[in-house]
Amino acid sequence: MATDVITLDHGSGGKLSHQLIAGTVAPLFDNPILSRLDDGAVFAVDGARLAFSTDTFVVDPIFFPGGNIGDLAINGTVNDLAMCGAEPLYLSLGLIIEEGFPFGDLKRVLQSMRDAADAAGVGIVTGDTKVVPKGAADKLFINTSGIGRIRKGVNVSAHRAAVGDPIILSGSMADHGMAVLTQREGLAFETDLVSDTASLNGMVEQMLAVCPDIHTLRDPTRGGVGSTLNEIAAAARIGIRIYEDRLPVKKAVAGVCELLGFDPLYVANEGKLLAFVPEDQVQAVLETMRSHPRGKEAAVIGQAVSDHPGRVVMETPIGGTRIVDMLAGEQLPRIC
Amino acid sequence: MTGNPDATDFRDPQLARRILARIHEVSQTPIRLMEVCGTHTMSIFRSGIRSLVPETVSLLSGPGCPVCVTDQGEIDAFVQLAQNEDVIVATFGDLIRVPGSDSSLQKERASGRDIRIVYSTLDALDIARKTPEKQVVFLGIGFETTAPTVAASILAADAMGLKNYAVLSAHKRVVPALFALMETPGVCIDGFILPGHVSVIIGADAYRPLFDRFQIPCALAGFEPVDILSAVRLLAECIESGAPQLANAYGRAVTAEGNPKALAVMDQVFQTEDAAWRGLGIIPESGLAIRPEFGRFNARNVFSLNIPDTPPPKGCICGDILRGVKTPPECALFGTRCTPISPVGPCMVSSEGTCAAYYRYQLS
Repeated sequence: MATDVITLDHGSGGKLSHQLIAGTVAPLFDNPILSRLDDGAVFAVDGARLAFSTDTFVVDPIFFPGGNIGDLAINGTVNDLAMCGAEPLYLSLGLIIEEGFPFGDLKRVLQSMRDAADAAGVGIVTGDTKVVPKGAADKLFINTSGIGRIRKGVNVSAHRAAVGDPIILSGSMADHGMAVLTQREGLAFETDLVSDTASLNGMVEQMLAVCPDIHTLRDPTRGGVGSTLNEIAAAARIGIRIYEDRLPVKKAVAGVCELLGFDPLYVANEGKLLAFVPEDQVQAVLETMRSHPRGKEAAVIGQAVSDHPGRVVMETPIGGTRIVDMLAGEQLPRIC
Repeated sequence: MTGNPDATDFRDPQLARRILARIHEVSQTPIRLMEVCGTHTMSIFRSGIRSLVPETVSLLSGPGCPVCVTDQGEIDAFVQLAQNEDVIVATFGDLIRVPGSDSSLQKERASGRDIRIVYSTLDALDIARKTPEKQVVFLGIGFETTAPTVAASILAADAMGLKNYAVLSAHKRVVPALFALMETPGVCIDGFILPGHVSVIIGADAYRPLFDRFQIPCALAGFEPVDILSAVRLLAECIESGAPQLANAYGRAVTAEGNPKALAVMDQVFQTEDAAWRGLGIIPESGLAIRPEFGRFNARNVFSLNIPDTPPPKGCICGDILRGVKTPPECALFGTRCTPISPVGPCMVSSEGTCAAYYRYQLS
């Protein structure tokens, strides 16, 4: 049944989000920079190559273990720039505040933004504030946009992922999504899950220093590792093969996922990246990542292959194989 | 005390490979095994078991996905209820995307109807307590796994004196469906992998009449790869030796008599009734209706609901799939008109649906 209205599935980061962007939004504004559909736009100005990205944050609840909507909004745009291979420089900040929102909460959020911006080494250089009537927004929405500079010789894009590339994941999956979900009203059990929200530009800078020819970088946020790998497979027209027993998931996260019927492959991360690197440089990149606090658990989870182009296939621990499809819509808790 | 084995023991790749080798060794004649439970279906697909068993072993998915067996008329009734402005519908997530004849709960929610996804019936009670001006209706679907918690919610609502909580029960019982399946012409099943969660409640002995009547090999199984492969091995051995058994291969969770407390709560609130199943038609004594003494919690009474007799969508062969007669790729709509983002039948949209499993996991 096709829908004639926007549903939450259109915002899930899965197939319907993709259809909305590729089918409705992108064609209208069609240009060579946009049509690459990477995490940010890359273009040259007076010889300097710049990356430009924007992201909007509507997380519920706005405070969650490990962070809040403020640091999430800084790290999100910083990471989108870093995934273009750019050094993030300046960010803008747009606030949409619901009437009645406590001043104290706003100050807490802004302080977190300041701290996150300092940690990532970026400046917030322009901004805008709007207040809307009660009920017209849910507490606080934040938009951040940012620009960054790309060094000579660096050319990172989903389109460059090539057959034979080992695929590195920087750490455990699904920490952010499950930490936020278990905080929502209605979930009657307590956990100590913590979001992984963090900026990745520091680690990416070191990775690019040892391997300027990194082919692809992506942070698997909405839609998770599964959907992000599908996007890369489609953009680069390659097959992807991953190994389930190499996918890091914290025990507590795996437990909650199992209880609710969620697949960690499709749950959001906010401080992790996927890297497709030339095979002969994988060890150097891996060692660099593992020596950085954000990449201690970095592991090769699979490789790009010539079989099944556009498809992600996973080998299970018992030696079976199955498809990892793109997420269709938001994951919903199951019955039993 | 050694304690219960950790679930990871039942994911041990080496052990799984040894059992697989034994299955390859034992299985000579082609056999058709049906896993009854939707959670088994997903576990089989996700662990890649189908790509590992010998060609002689066909694994069929049965009528054990709660959403998939829910009659089209009941889905339409759910949507109708959601359209009532005085109602808050509380539901498990699985039902949200299931297409009714004209709409779905998801579409209704997007149009502003108050539909809440809950994680347990306690959440639904909580909503009722906090919003006394609205009628909260919980959509009761599922087998004996979920029915006791729904029954308990009615007892709790009664104890709390809640006047604005009701349940629309479309709950179903597994064993009558298996009888109906065995009696359906054209159905060809050599053995059952019996559900784990349901059996925790109803107990292994609940399947004795089925086994005695049809002498069909049955294995109760847990949900890890080793559990499922052990059940396949047991069934293959039974069939090859010509000595059918009703085996409990999930002894760490399932007892002979089940969970007496859960059964008592279920019996206190529900009585059996004939029920319509998608694809299987009316099955005697297979539904769970709210007893008259709890009639004020029965959404059918509260809203004078008539469940429409709606035919399934044209071209959809969900019924044949639920009986194990056909597989999803044999459906003309599969992967073309019917996909997880634009489903025609519930088997494509439910997280435990067979069509969804084929679409999402099966390498063509």
